[in-house]
Amino acid sequence: MTEAPLTLFEKVWNRHVVVAREDGACLLWIDRHFVHEGSFHGFDALRARGGRVARPDLTFGIADHYVPTRGGEAGIADAEIARMITQLRGNAREHGLRHFDLADPGQGIVHVVGPEQGLILPGTTVVCGDSHTTTNGAFGAIAFGIGASEVAHVLMTQTLWQRPPRLMRITVRGRLGAGVSAKDLALHIIATVGSNGAAGFAVEYAGPAIGALSMEGRMTLCNMTIEAGARSGMVAPDAVTVEFLRGRPYAPDVDAVAAEWLALATDAGAHFARELHLDAAEVAPMVTWGTAPEEAAPIGGLVPDPADMPGRAAHVQAVLDYMGLLPGMALQDITIDQVFIGSCTNSRIEDLRAAAAVLAGRRARVPGLVSPGSMQVKAQAEAEGLDRIFTEAGLEWAGSGCSMCVAMNGDRVAAGRRCASTTNRNFRGRQGAGARTHLMSPAMVAAAAVTGHLTDVRMLEGRG
Amino acid sequence: MTPFTTLTALACPLDIDNIDTDQLIPARFMKRPRSQGYGDVLLYDLRRDEAGALRPDFPLNQPHWQGAQILIAGRNFGGGSSREAAVYALADHGIRCVIAPSLGDIFKGNAVNNGLLPLTLPEADCRRLAALVVQGDGRVTVDLAARQLRCGTAVFDFDIDPVWRMKLLNGWDDIGLTASHAGAIAAFQERDAVLRPWAQPRLQSKG
Repeated sequence: MTEAPLTLFEKVWNRHVVVAREDGACLLWIDRHFVHEGSFHGFDALRARGGRVARPDLTFGIADHYVPTRGGEAGIADAEIARMITQLRGNAREHGLRHFDLADPGQGIVHVVGPEQGLILPGTTVVCGDSHTTTNGAFGAIAFGIGASEVAHVLMTQTLWQRPPRLMRITVRGRLGAGVSAKDLALHIIATVGSNGAAGFAVEYAGPAIGALSMEGRMTLCNMTIEAGARSGMVAPDAVTVEFLRGRPYAPDVDAVAAEWLALATDAGAHFARELHLDAAEVAPMVTWGTAPEEAAPIGGLVPDPADMPGRAAHVQAVLDYMGLLPGMALQDITIDQVFIGSCTNSRIEDLRAAAAVLAGRRARVPGLVSPGSMQVKAQAEAEGLDRIFTEAGLEWAGSGCSMCVAMNGDRVAAGRRCASTTNRNFRGRQGAGARTHLMSPAMVAAAAVTGHLTDVRMLEGRG
Repeated sequence: MTPFTTLTALACPLDIDNIDTDQLIPARFMKRPRSQGYGDVLLYDLRRDEAGALRPDFPLNQPHWQGAQILIAGRNFGGGSSREAAVYALADHGIRCVIAPSLGDIFKGNAVNNGLLPLTLPEADCRRLAALVVQGDGRVTVDLAARQLRCGTAVFDFDIDPVWRMKLLNGWDDIGLTASHAGAIAAFQERDAVLRPWAQPRLQSKG
């Protein structure tokens, strides 16, 4: 008897179903739950019901959204922010959670720390009250963001009610060109399918261009999957995944499990409700011009003209007004006020190396902040001398946290200022009320820093 | 949770695409406890000017739409961050139903968990409904049992996940429901510990 071919998603999902109801709802077992300062509503709900954390050994606290990137505890911007950090500390202590707090050498952004500590494993389910939990799908995990009511539910039961999403596969053939990264591929995909284009789907990324990505690149790609509206993004575990996990603090002996993990790959002939095929050679360095990640274009392009967009003209004009851009201007003519390198999207060691390669021996024309994704990334970068490249270029080298991506911790972009940023959301006000954000890769942010305007990194002479 | 059965209320058109959850509630207001209420900060930076005064041209601020309990929104409403505070802000402002051509995935789940009905209708229907409320008395009836919207003589049928529909109609809460499966959860854990011993974090919690 031959069994029906299954997708990676289905294999992982099926192992986690505790109860399957006739109406399609499934009670799903959760292997890892991460809580951060914003998870307080979940703890409050738990307290109101007199509940306890069901599996404190599978629940991990990480301070990231509100942490200052300068000066540690003493650098906390105000009393309200301090309360967010002490509140999480108190909740973690009360429930006996391993907590990566401010002074912990393992502290950092939740979606950087989880993988780095070996907490994210192939074939597991991972949730956190943060939409960029999709990052962790890079390991072949089903990983997705949840709201506060669901945080409370997972705390109390270590399970979640879910309906199986529809499945979509994005296959990328060929190889990304020089100067083109996973971030560019992510923005290319989002611009192709739209900000809500993958809504209701769990995405699997496949094909030679995906297999050729490092774990850092796969994390960037899966991270941005939420920006296409998808529930989750996944990459099948392979030798790259296994080697990444080898020797990490919380990971098992990888040699004992590797065969089981590798068998999770999608079977030949498995069914996807939707398939998208792309050619990596067609992906250019991308930048956003608008206030949604779908409003992105290759760096050689132009700011769109609302007059050319019937039905969308008023929307696009409002976006251009907010962004302070003129229809039809070349993207490369957009001058910037500052740069930011960091966030759960692009703050890992490979991201910092890519930016430093462009900045080495050069000066930035604008000020900027570099925030490594974790204290471990920071130590690694300093061991490699990357911090000196950034500071000698005139950028500020800071500690780790969500920093200028979320504008909750003291780091923000002032109203009307324009920032080239490695973050994930160019939403109105995301980096601070009135701030203007252009999303791009670390290398592209570095290139913009060097010239003071949006720049095709491939055109910089003598690029490292 | 309060059950959602039928609702007849003012339906305010808000024809802006991509109103993400960062717009619904800017990050700087998310530190307050739930008990403090979030209604005053709904759409703060869109509804208010730099000095914090309400912008008279913003639909929700206009006298005609005061007391609106339904929003007819643009494409990709509620996309972005998983912040449930976006739903708290809507609910505390009195909104009980959002209708849009497309809605953020996490937002929809959060809405249902707070008794707020998230509805999607084709873009053309959303535009037609918005035109009808402006021409008429502004009121729409949402009949969740019949899966129907009514505005004057116009009727729109809608689809909704049957699981969510039952939850909303009955005001059910997941935690109560899950408690009835405690035996299945315990059995799963026992079985899983044998099948996937590697899934346990190697370093155990130190507290």
